[in-house]
Amino acid sequence: MLTDVIEFRIDRRSGVSTYMQIVQQVKQAMRLGLLTPGDRLPSAREVVEATTVNPNTVLKAYRELEREGLVEGRRGLGTFVTKSLSSEATTGDDAPLRRELSRWMGHAQEGGLVVEDVDALYSAVRDEHYPAEERS
Amino acid sequence: MTPLTATAVGKRYRSRWAVRDCSFTIPEGKVVALVGPNGAGKSTLLRIAAGLVRPTTGELRAFDTPLRGRIHPDVAFLAQNRPLYRDLTVREVARACAAMNDRWSADRVHEVLGLLAGVDHDAKVGTLSAGAVTQVAIAMALGRLPRLLLLDEPLSDLDPLARDETLRIIMTEVADRGTTVVMSSHLLSDLREVCDHILLIDEGRVQVDGDIEEVLAQHRILVGPATDESAVEGTLISASRTERQATLLMREARPVPEGWVGTEPDLESLVMGYLRASRERRLSAERG
Repeated sequence: MLTDVIEFRIDRRSGVSTYMQIVQQVKQAMRLGLLTPGDRLPSAREVVEATTVNPNTVLKAYRELEREGLVEGRRGLGTFVTKSLSSEATTGDDAPLRRELSRWMGHAQEGGLVVEDVDALYSAVRDEHYPAEERS
Repeated sequence: MTPLTATAVGKRYRSRWAVRDCSFTIPEGKVVALVGPNGAGKSTLLRIAAGLVRPTTGELRAFDTPLRGRIHPDVAFLAQNRPLYRDLTVREVARACAAMNDRWSADRVHEVLGLLAGVDHDAKVGTLSAGAVTQVAIAMALGRLPRLLLLDEPLSDLDPLARDETLRIIMTEVADRGTTVVMSSHLLSDLREVCDHILLIDEGRVQVDGDIEEVLAQHRILVGPATDESAVEGTLISASRTERQATLLMREARPVPEGWVGTEPDLESLVMGYLRASRERRLSAERG
């Protein structure tokens, strides 16, 4: 059994709660295809040993993921991924959309844009296409 | 069973109330941050919970049993002065504790001591650094296999590495055994990342008590024009004002009025807001 499929990186200064960071990192790993159905999430104890967080927070994050239908807790065995969030569009370094975005970012870099410019452009365009009130 | 229930607990030393009219319940399995400034009553409260001090008024129960001047068998307590025999070696202290406790796990103590990189088991306690003494005392507390662990300023003497080592030991204890933990600190930042429940004490009284995420969600920081505070509804906790702008910490705030911006506070701003309010109440009481 793979025990070290993913590791959480908790940023204490981000202002985002530890619980939310874990939820987001699991979802991101699922989108990127790093976690697929059948994978076991690290146990609370494994997360504690790696990052010194409160195990209750880890379990709370897993319960939230379970409520969203993404994972399932199996008594005595652990918490398992039950759903796939990845698609060909998001998985792998050679996914077409990723290549296009990479090309775009290459142009930005050549054009002398700094990372804040890139972030600002990206979020402005993203918000045009995905208005905040429609996002879940 | 509830690990700890306080009902109108008060403790008076001569004319001064160290703890006054404290009522709260600590739910099972929580990791509780007991925070407040120096002299707020944290240590007294923990000593009452450990059965070392009898309250002047009210009652504290551990696992539904009223405390009557002795520690409950399921509770372990790290006292602020870390009372260990200075002339004994770490190994001898472990044996002495084993002899003094009815329920004792030598294996657990051995396991925890084994995780402490900086502690020589053959050194006399008196020769150890303050941080190492704290870590040894925590290992002894865990030897009682407690269901409720009370820690008075467990991190205050520790350097960053020892601090991480110690928190990891405590958090692993929570993961493995579902132990309820109450940790005090006058530094909120010490506890923020590992606690899920807050008990804020000031002037001997409970100021905030609850699940941290829930407490934060009940509060808002509203920023708006100083001239138009009447539009804001909810319970005002504290405020800071300039000529033009008002910054208000509100509990149960209603929808944010036009012209105001509302955000959820972080734990630091929330605690500061309550402490500021409590200080202002004290100052205005002193002024009469």
